[in-house]
Amino acid sequence: MLLGKQTWIFQNKPVIISTATTGGPFEAEGPLRNDFDRLFDDGWLEESSFEKAQQRLMEEAAEIAIQKSPIDKENVDFFISGDLINQITPSTFSAKTLELPYLGIFSACATSAEGLALSAALINGGFAEYILSGTASHHAATEKQFRFPNDYGAQKPPTAQWTVTGAGCVLLAKSGNGPKITSATIGKVVDMGLTDPFNMGGAMAPAAADTIESHLQDRNIDISYYDVILTGDLGKVGRETSFDLLKRHGINVKDQQYIDSGMTIYSSEQPVHSGASGTACSAIVTYGHFLNRMMKGEFKRILMVATGSLHSPLSVQQKNSIPCIAHAVSIEME
Amino acid sequence: MTEYEKGGNPVAKQKNKQQQTQQFQASEEKHETKRPILLNCIKAFLVGGTICFIGQLITTFYIYFFDFTEQTAGNPTTATLIFFTMLLTGFGLYDRIGQFAGAGSAVPVTGFGNAVISSAIEHRTEGFIIGVGTNMFKVAGPVIVYGVFSAFVIALIKVLFQQLGGL
Repeated sequence: MLLGKQTWIFQNKPVIISTATTGGPFEAEGPLRNDFDRLFDDGWLEESSFEKAQQRLMEEAAEIAIQKSPIDKENVDFFISGDLINQITPSTFSAKTLELPYLGIFSACATSAEGLALSAALINGGFAEYILSGTASHHAATEKQFRFPNDYGAQKPPTAQWTVTGAGCVLLAKSGNGPKITSATIGKVVDMGLTDPFNMGGAMAPAAADTIESHLQDRNIDISYYDVILTGDLGKVGRETSFDLLKRHGINVKDQQYIDSGMTIYSSEQPVHSGASGTACSAIVTYGHFLNRMMKGEFKRILMVATGSLHSPLSVQQKNSIPCIAHAVSIEME
Repeated sequence: MTEYEKGGNPVAKQKNKQQQTQQFQASEEKHETKRPILLNCIKAFLVGGTICFIGQLITTFYIYFFDFTEQTAGNPTTATLIFFTMLLTGFGLYDRIGQFAGAGSAVPVTGFGNAVISSAIEHRTEGFIIGVGTNMFKVAGPVIVYGVFSAFVIALIKVLFQQLGGL
């Protein structure tokens, strides 16, 4: 059901019956290492290209999510996935391996929340019973496409972010045990004229603030309704900028309540500049770390706000500013 | 309903939007971590200087132990530096030096070598022709194009000067 301008309320409350996360060696050095279902000690994952390695990360996460659930692969109706690589081919090849009806989506690093929102909408509307939704990203494959060759010695500014190598996947069902998806807000494309692709956090901040504000307005709730507002990959710069924006718009957000995935996945000793990014960033931190804590009863309500920077190398070279988006999904434990 | 009633005055609306954008950009800038320019300059100076010092040692080595003069020792020195750059790039160390040193490791010939070698390694997965061949100069290409072009312009200026009896 549509509520307000851009928010869906799911009366049937689809349930996350299982989750799975995979990661690379750099993620294994981070503080969330125990939240991963599988960690690989080699960035190539014994594949012949980084793109194939990314595909493998997604496939493994999908397989593990099914294994951990009470259902079989044959019961899954759809696979919804997307990633950052040209024409989302790693997701497509994963879908080929999984042999499931597939919907390919793209919202850059907000793909995780877009997938989760669409899955919940489809299940809530009776169009499916079980949907597998996830996304993967790979540091080297992303660097190669968006920036410089991995071994090129260019100095990155402190506002740059580090793309996560990994995948996060959820299995959503009509009913079952687990955290429930209660609503989702689909974001608008927000572009405040920033042009530096090495400062995506700053560019994405207004999109995050806009979606959070719209969500609260549409649902007519106060921000204190949520225990945690978990943004996608704003990094240090974007987190502070969006926090400021929310405050200025009269939203009384608390410091400890406003957590960014991009600042959670790596430790301060790891050289990631402003923080982490990549489609897998919010997927891993939300589906892995925070849902685990939610299951333990630490939180009751989380608003997942995945943020995406929708530029391409071409659009940046042609001097366009960076269009950004944020999608919000509320995950609640009853 | 006219267009004006629907969305308000479009000129005023755009002005308002522009104002919002400027306001945001100003506040965003405050949260940006700035590049430590002075520190970066010092690091670049030290690392760049060290690379040049090593280059000088190699030149001296070639002059003393082989049959090279100060004029001819340049080529084997460059080749040697690029060879070591290749090893450092291949083992994934040069990009770490680059993050620390910035221009210090980018400006010397080793930086040029790194640009070519890293591109070649990166695109090995697309094959030798389309991958390595096409992409090898994608980072270093502009340096060659504008290096050659600037040399041409400078040479032109020099010739003009000479013809006019300037030198």
